[in-house]
Amino acid sequence: MRARRGLSHTHVGSLHAPDAELALRNARDLYTRRQEGVSIWVVPAGAITASSPDEKDAFFDPAADKVYRHPTFYEVPDGVAHL
Amino acid sequence: MYGNDFSAPSGPPNGAPDEVTGGLLGEVEAAEAELRAAAARGRRGGPTPDEDLAAYFAEVVDAEQKIEPRDWMPDAYRRTLIRQIAQHAHSEIIGMQPEGNWISRAPSLKRKAILLAKVQDEAGHGLYLYAAAETLGISRDELVQLLLDGRQKYSSIFNYPTVSWADVGAIGWLVDGAAIVNQVPLCRCSYGPYARAMIRVCKEESFHQRQGYEILHTLAHGTPEQHAMAQDAVDRWWYPSLAMFGPPDGNSTHSAQSMAWKIKRFSNDDLRQRFVDMCVQQAEILGVRIPDAELRWNDERQAYDYTQPDYDELMRVISGDGPCNRERMAHRRAAHADGQWVREAAAAYAAKRAGQKETVAA
Ligand SMILES: [Fe+2]
Ligand SMILES: [Fe+2]
Repeated sequence: MRARRGLSHTHVGSLHAPDAELALRNARDLYTRRQEGVSIWVVPAGAITASSPDEKDAFFDPAADKVYRHPTFYEVPDGVAHL
Repeated sequence: MYGNDFSAPSGPPNGAPDEVTGGLLGEVEAAEAELRAAAARGRRGGPTPDEDLAAYFAEVVDAEQKIEPRDWMPDAYRRTLIRQIAQHAHSEIIGMQPEGNWISRAPSLKRKAILLAKVQDEAGHGLYLYAAAETLGISRDELVQLLLDGRQKYSSIFNYPTVSWADVGAIGWLVDGAAIVNQVPLCRCSYGPYARAMIRVCKEESFHQRQGYEILHTLAHGTPEQHAMAQDAVDRWWYPSLAMFGPPDGNSTHSAQSMAWKIKRFSNDDLRQRFVDMCVQQAEILGVRIPDAELRWNDERQAYDYTQPDYDELMRVISGDGPCNRERMAHRRAAHADGQWVREAAAAYAAKRAGQKETVAA
């Protein structure tokens, strides 16, 4: 669901529907009774491939030792502007 | 039930419930902020290959982190949650009946539109909760069948009849009020999908409680007949509402397991006390009398002394012998059977459309 223009879609919940068209209608009835959104995406649960939070270490390890990907890694000499 | 699991453990509270100042919505927001903060704190990654899964689970729960569907969890934790969330969902669905009874006879178009919106919300609550239960590996169809077969229960409160329009007000004020007191701590439940569903539910519930209070307030400040109607409704709904919190802690045969798992945060008696303390002042402003001659402020306890509901009656109603049990179940079964052709037609249409798309793609 996109809550407002300019925001990205975020997951709000699940529902049952025979097809995508009805899933959209059901989602409108179930998740936007108080104008919570301006746009809805529906995706069949079976089409989602997920990693597990418990696989966190192994799966996300490659990023752990690459601190140089963050701007804070670099020392900026005093007096440099616009950097 | 209705967010309270009677057959689940109850034990010493983790701390007394906060002073009630009507800030229940604030607590829901605090729970939501806490959920985000806990997520931001993060935790170390998954268990190491030779680590005890149970110890890892306990560590996550103790750290006030959420357990998510794909995490390992003890079987009993899973079973307890399925039972509690399912009973909660069934209660929302069955709970539409007593009030639905008055939609066509609401006294004005405004009241009718409000009541429709409220009952529609309850259907939504049932669906959020079925979806949360499904993350634990059981299907909604199975849960619905368990309800229809009478193998899972719903809150005893919905087995009482709504005989006058004032009952719609009393349900909103007392029944939704008691449900909120029960459910606000569930916003902090250790199981992520349940906690998130409860945050959504609680935010919507406060409208329910206020619309009920407004109905009663209007009646209580109307003609003497209308005031009598409001008082009569409060007289009938007061004790069944107190019973919603379940049997007294002393009679509780359960272990402290649900507390340890952080599914439950406060004992039945603590929540009931909190509800009573909240209602006394609200009743004064309403101008109705709470039907309890023993109700008085206890300075020592800093809480109201009150008469306990009839727990034998509660057990009778739970076991199927309330005023409306048969009617509620018969209605639910008929509604489910009547919807069969709609479900079949929707599935057939979807299958036909899918077939057409495949032909085009081929
Ligand atoms: Fe509800
Ligand atoms: Fe409600």
